[in-house]
Amino acid sequence: MHLLNIKDLTFLHCGPISLQVKATEITGLSGASGSGKSLFLRALADLEAHEGNIILDELNQQSIAAHLWRQKVALLSTETSWWFDTVAEHFEALSEDDLAALGFSRDCMQWSIARLSSGEKQRLGLLRLLQNEPEVLLLDEPTANLDKYNTQLFEEFVKLYLKDKSACAIWVGHDLEQLKRVSVNRYVMVEGEMLNVD
Amino acid sequence: MLIELSVFDLALAAILVLLLGVLSASMRLGITRQLYIAAARTTVQLLLVGLVLKSLFASTSIAFILLISVIMISVAGWEILSRQKRKLKGWWGFGVSTGSLFVSSFLITLLCLFAVIQADPWYSPQYAIPLLGMLLGNTMTGIALGMDRLLQNAWQQRPVIEQRLMLGQTADESIADIKREAMRAGMIPIINSMAAAGLVSLPGMMTGQILAGAAPVEAVKYQILIMFMITAGTGLGVISVLWLISKRLFDERERLCFKQLLK
Repeated sequence: MHLLNIKDLTFLHCGPISLQVKATEITGLSGASGSGKSLFLRALADLEAHEGNIILDELNQQSIAAHLWRQKVALLSTETSWWFDTVAEHFEALSEDDLAALGFSRDCMQWSIARLSSGEKQRLGLLRLLQNEPEVLLLDEPTANLDKYNTQLFEEFVKLYLKDKSACAIWVGHDLEQLKRVSVNRYVMVEGEMLNVD
Repeated sequence: MLIELSVFDLALAAILVLLLGVLSASMRLGITRQLYIAAARTTVQLLLVGLVLKSLFASTSIAFILLISVIMISVAGWEILSRQKRKLKGWWGFGVSTGSLFVSSFLITLLCLFAVIQADPWYSPQYAIPLLGMLLGNTMTGIALGMDRLLQNAWQQRPVIEQRLMLGQTADESIADIKREAMRAGMIPIINSMAAAGLVSLPGMMTGQILAGAAPVEAVKYQILIMFMITAGTGLGVISVLWLISKRLFDERERLCFKQLLK
């Protein structure tokens, strides 16, 4: 059972933010563009300079190497980047079930990156990130480019993963209906402060 | 028997460079200014050095020869920085380029003077200065190309580097491909020279020695020695530059961080 504990986090002009995210739960976060939502996720993944404490179970973020932290606390950005020519080269091993659960067939592995749509990149980006079996998922508008059907597949897939690994997640998005559907707590970021909206 | 060049001969060559500049300007390729400045510099610099070379080679003061070496290395370091599209921060950038030239050219020259040539005294300027000059001239090109490729690619591929960090890769892993590319870019000129030597190009030093009456085999041996020294020097120089810059590209938490590197 994993627990992400954020204490007095400040970055740029934002914060202090204190928040707990419990195992299998999703915390929803919305807010205007430029309010600091993405920076917040980047600070949690230690990609942005910040102050305060971020603790996963008993483990302080600053007490382990940054790349090891990022394997545990994984950020899925809105725009994913791909550097090899084909999908398969970005994966070490991938189960057919996981592919199918997100609406892909086996031969998508041979696709060239150039022909992927932004929605396909988001879904494959999630599968790629989950190879590290992270304990915390930081999802930055993960379904922004997905249609209704694939959005639903995506939501179910994330929920199942959290349950399976006792992991937890923070889900940033603009669709309040969706956030109500997936999350147990909802916050809104206003001028660098996180306000509870329930 | 040397055929003397007239002013007209040089003017003919100069007109070609001038035309290239005009052509480049009309096609908006933006190299004209740099080209003219470099051409003017080569004329003035070679004229001046031609005048003092004899007295320079007659000198036996080690301090004077060291001073000349320091000037040569500093100028080469400065030139490396001037060739960069992404400008490095002042003194740090100068330290990186001159430091890598020190390793790649100065130390290799010393090794060559002590272990191979063994002139008396070891710092005899007619060996030391041209040797250092040839090493600097060539390694400078390799280092400038490798550095430019590294900085340009790292800058353009920021999203990829950050993506790889997000996936839990170390800073080293996230930039490994870009470093490999930069190493290749830095080494291509010297690998080309070695591969084409004798078949495509006749290296200037060797040709000059043979035309001046030296035994061909002796001249060839010198040329091979120089080629290998340049190759080793360029490789070492590019490696040290890649190492220093890619360390500095990331902060202590493995975040991509250009602001401690670039102006």
